[in-house]
Amino acid sequence: MIKKALFLLVFTFYGMFSDYSNFEPYTQKIPGTEAQFDLVPIPEGSYRMGSETSPFPDEKPAHTVQIDAFWMGTHEITWDIFELFLDKNYELAMTEEPITELVDGLTRPSIPYLDMTFGMGKEGKPAIGMTQYGAIQFCHWLYLKTGIFYRLPTEAEWEYAAKAGTQSTYFFGDDPELLAEYAWTAENSEESTQKIGQKKPNPWGLYDIYGNVMEWTSDQYDPDFYQKSSNENPKNPALELYPRVIRGGSFKHSAEEISSTKRYISDPKWKQIDPQIPKSQWWFPEAPFLGLRVVRPLMPPSPEEIKAYYTQAPIADY
Amino acid sequence: MKNQNSRRDFIKTSALVTGGMLTSPFVLPGAYAATENHLKLAVIGCGGRGTGAVFQALETGHPIKLVAMADAFRDRLDNSLKPMLDKYGTEKIDVPEERKFVGFDAYKHAIAEADVVILASPPGFRPSHFEEAVKQGKQIFMEKPVATDAAGIRKVLAAAEEAKAKKLNVVVGLQRHYQNNYRETIKRIHDGAVGDIVGGQVYWNDGGVWVRERQPGQTEMEYQMRNWYYFNWLCGDHITEQHVHNIDIANWVKQSYPVKAEGTGGRAVRTGKDHGEIFDHHVLTFTYEDGSVIHSECRHFPGAANRVDESFQGTKGKVYLSAGNHGVLTDWKGNSIYTHDRENNPNPYQQEHDELWAAIVKGEYKFEDAENAAKSTMTSIMGRYATYSGKVLTWDEALNGTVDLFPEELSWDAMPKILPGDDGFYPHAVPGKTKVI
Repeated sequence: MIKKALFLLVFTFYGMFSDYSNFEPYTQKIPGTEAQFDLVPIPEGSYRMGSETSPFPDEKPAHTVQIDAFWMGTHEITWDIFELFLDKNYELAMTEEPITELVDGLTRPSIPYLDMTFGMGKEGKPAIGMTQYGAIQFCHWLYLKTGIFYRLPTEAEWEYAAKAGTQSTYFFGDDPELLAEYAWTAENSEESTQKIGQKKPNPWGLYDIYGNVMEWTSDQYDPDFYQKSSNENPKNPALELYPRVIRGGSFKHSAEEISSTKRYISDPKWKQIDPQIPKSQWWFPEAPFLGLRVVRPLMPPSPEEIKAYYTQAPIADY
Repeated sequence: MKNQNSRRDFIKTSALVTGGMLTSPFVLPGAYAATENHLKLAVIGCGGRGTGAVFQALETGHPIKLVAMADAFRDRLDNSLKPMLDKYGTEKIDVPEERKFVGFDAYKHAIAEADVVILASPPGFRPSHFEEAVKQGKQIFMEKPVATDAAGIRKVLAAAEEAKAKKLNVVVGLQRHYQNNYRETIKRIHDGAVGDIVGGQVYWNDGGVWVRERQPGQTEMEYQMRNWYYFNWLCGDHITEQHVHNIDIANWVKQSYPVKAEGTGGRAVRTGKDHGEIFDHHVLTFTYEDGSVIHSECRHFPGAANRVDESFQGTKGKVYLSAGNHGVLTDWKGNSIYTHDRENNPNPYQQEHDELWAAIVKGEYKFEDAENAAKSTMTSIMGRYATYSGKVLTWDEALNGTVDLFPEELSWDAMPKILPGDDGFYPHAVPGKTKVI
């Protein structure tokens, strides 16, 4: 009861900063540029996370979890947006007004030595190959540009949004033959990322939630996590560099390797051809199948928590 | 210097050396397991790449100790040492204070401490570092490119001859030569799978590299050394520093070096005070002795399309190669001749060390990469000379060029030859006006 009262109090407090009365789809414009992306509301609710019928033991046990409301990007973040963050000079060239001091001072990714599009193109294509640190710093840049707290989804949030109230293998049922209507996979991608939003969305309006590129979550991977995780907004903070949880499968995965519940993990091998030591904190030169989608919690955390989230120091990799 | 770029010469000089045993004193026959016996390694140039190369050497698993380090800057040396000690400990990283060498002549002292050296300073220093390592009779891994102007290339070619005479293994970090898709595909091209190669296109188009901003209190020399990518005496422009990889593939496929270069280039989008004198794009036509033509393109344009790969056309089919393990041969009817399996290929940066160190511990003389690396680097320099001057250049003209970019004196207070104007911007080449040879 006290908890609920406290919740309401905090909710009211943050209501001053967050217009949650208008929990509707919206378009986030990047100020001063032509770049933008769309988000849809994901209502609060509970669902069965994991799968009892999956062949993968780390998806068990299926268990009920409660998830707070958030908005989620309808699409994976594309190079059109990510490249503004990647290169300050490019951002300056593409921005009509001067950038703020905070945006100017943000630590940007190292400019990759390799062609991080891997010959697959940029326009309308998902940004790929970034580390989780790079994905979070992209959210940091978005925050400094827009004043709105964006972050990576937790694994539980991602699965809740992907399932969209369903309990089948895929949000459209159990038939892998139908996946081609909704996703770019090994069967139809011709070994390349594809422009976002060309396939049918899930019931909550999320495009390419399966396939095209895998999507970062904020969680550490633990195969036994479901046996001990909280039933309310479970999260497993990522304190070790590997492995961390990635979701959704990619253009390189076959239909059998993709589902709402499948848990993928980051792999240090994806940096083996980085010729530098320390290895890049920003890039996986061998993960052309890894991208991101952002979420915005309906109730943003405190400014201190926001700062703590964005300023987690990267772990040296060598 | 005469053009010696015939196909036969190329085969002779670029093939692996066959046979030959080393007589160097550090060879350890039968003593491999003895704990006090190890090969002594020194690294010259302690940036990310030099440090990475030390890791790869140690990862070969042979009995190797890093015994000396050299860099122009103490902070770069310290930053390099930390991850090495974290990962390998003092057992393998045996670099006490007296074997940390800092400054412009640090390399000589570090080279003297070692059996094997890694040369990974900015490329402008490579000719003198390579020359010294050969003079001291060391086994060598050196990074590409191997020079930034024709004078440097001539020095490397002379030292390469001396290295051959002394039977010193030299591996150069043109790592595509140690990458399976390139080896397997190009072997098939040379066996005639797509007929004679009559044309091709090689690209390094991407968003550019790091910039290090000028800091208060830096002398001009220190600033240029820190922000070295943007100064030709240190870097050679990105056509040399990066695009040499793709140009080198054209030479490897053609088994020769171009006799002529013509092209255009400039500074379209990267034009700031922090961006020194280098161009942000070069587009070239390289013509080979048999009349075949390679189109070469490199640019650093953020926001534009990226492309880093190599394509060739033969009389019987076409070729597609990239560092992403592509190796595809197709006939002109679209039938597959060869497709390299892109999965589970060895890391070429590790492979080049695995092969070099295996030869060294066995006492074998197998690698003489320096001459090809010098000639491929020269090809890229000839390209830069052509785009900077706007003139058509022959190989011999370019290789005999006498314009020397290097400072008269190397010290922190000495002035490089390229200096900023009163407005803080550096002068850069103007095609039609600039003299390059």
